[in-house]
Amino acid sequence: MPPDAPRSGRYSVFAIAREALRQHSGWNRAWASPEPRGRYKVIVVGAGGHGLATAYYLGKNFGITDVAVLEKGWLGGGNTGRNTTIIRSNYLQDPSAALYEKARSLYETLSQDLNYNIMFSPRGLIMLAQTEHEVRGYRRTVHANHLQGVATEWIEPARVKELVPIINLDGPRYPVLGGLYQARGGTARHDAVAWGYARACSDMGMHIIQNCEVQGVETEGGQVRAVSTSKGRIGCEKLAIVVAGHSSQLAEMAGFRLPIESVALQALVSEPIKPCMDVVVMANTVHGYMSQSDKGEMVIGGGTDGFNNFTQRGSWQHVEETVRALIETFPMISRLKMLRQWGGIVDMTGDRSPILSATPVGGIFVNCGWGTGGFKAIPGSGWAMAELVAKGTPGPLAAEFGLNRFREGRFIDESVAAGVAH
Amino acid sequence: MLTLTCPYCGVEAEETELHPGGEAHLKRVGPDGSDEDFEAYLFARKNPKGVHFERWRHAYGCGKWFLAARCTASLQVFGTYKAQTPHPPAEIVDAIRAHRPDWQPDWTPEQAQAESAAE
Repeated sequence: MPPDAPRSGRYSVFAIAREALRQHSGWNRAWASPEPRGRYKVIVVGAGGHGLATAYYLGKNFGITDVAVLEKGWLGGGNTGRNTTIIRSNYLQDPSAALYEKARSLYETLSQDLNYNIMFSPRGLIMLAQTEHEVRGYRRTVHANHLQGVATEWIEPARVKELVPIINLDGPRYPVLGGLYQARGGTARHDAVAWGYARACSDMGMHIIQNCEVQGVETEGGQVRAVSTSKGRIGCEKLAIVVAGHSSQLAEMAGFRLPIESVALQALVSEPIKPCMDVVVMANTVHGYMSQSDKGEMVIGGGTDGFNNFTQRGSWQHVEETVRALIETFPMISRLKMLRQWGGIVDMTGDRSPILSATPVGGIFVNCGWGTGGFKAIPGSGWAMAELVAKGTPGPLAAEFGLNRFREGRFIDESVAAGVAH
Repeated sequence: MLTLTCPYCGVEAEETELHPGGEAHLKRVGPDGSDEDFEAYLFARKNPKGVHFERWRHAYGCGKWFLAARCTASLQVFGTYKAQTPHPPAEIVDAIRAHRPDWQPDWTPEQAQAESAAE
């Protein structure tokens, strides 16, 4: 434990009682903010959920704690703090189901593992089938999920109505014909996931360095040597690039290209209302999905921009499109006011599946391409990425997600499962 | 919301009238291309944070494909031009330079000339 790391102490009912007796004077910062050392064994670029989870499992599963996590902005301020917090693993292809189900199952006990309440709420998730094609597609997914050991089921419209009383089943254009239901899907507090991992990493002695932008990657003989940052040069043995929307820029600094395009994805929340919907509902045909936060806001997401975009804004016509579609399915939300709207930059691959891979530069590994649906995958992604970085070769979870799949034509086509949803 | 002027019909169209079509000026790889060439042609799209050239279709207008020069970091539009050009024309390059003096094209004038002659 370096001297600059204040231990936050274990959170428990006894800690609350103790602090209550001394006017809460004993709570330390959850993680330290040290100045960077000159060299680390592993540098992780990006202190979002995926980067912090990678660092955490490097320490927990492989005992590697000489790790720095560099973040150009603030911790969890990118897509980790901008998504709609949905967790599910009802994917079609075997490699995806394995990775996302690993993540979902880790979420089940993550609060206990991290000693930090991430508010995992397995409230159930329905993907509505609103066309005959979707009915067939989702029935196929249910069969695939049964073979993969992912607990999902096909439910009829009456059951959808029972689970979501506010739904209108006979929409004029897209009636609800049934749904793909994952009872242990749900949501979690996205900030807390980043904060919980950061606290655990800091407790292991890792350095989390915010406001530290990577500006260049130094290589020698095809091997990574260091990164130059806004806080100076930092040497490393291995470099993990986990930066979502700016993956192409980091890859360019290191001298290779990624099959990634960056686009804006946006979301919005309504004003808070009384509890009215205790499941997550996704309607992929009309490009909208909705859940209710613990604060009572209806959290709504939609489609991406169709063009490359690095502005974290989004555009009004997407808000209109998404909301126009959702009020047909949920008439009661038509009079709600929008509270706020925001955007994030997502990294899209050609087959809508992520990339967890070694790269043409020795010692550099990438974890990117999560596109519109990365939050749900954070623990599994970190787990698989840590193994890749520690051993240099991917384990079973990451094996199919290498960069070479684009050259070899071994795509993991998830355009149906991930086309909209997040 | 983006507003682009269709170079064919001259209409100033907003994003909802248009359909985006991805990176412009892609070169089709022939049957003798290597695996690397095909991979690059199919997947390795340019993804610059800055000046970018891309295809758009005036979907709810004249229906034609055209090309646009745009900044992905600020959403500024430098201009639009017809699709039948192997490289952006000089006036587009000038328009970009006027706002981004440091910007360098990733093709040479000789390339542009040779390919225009071959058209």
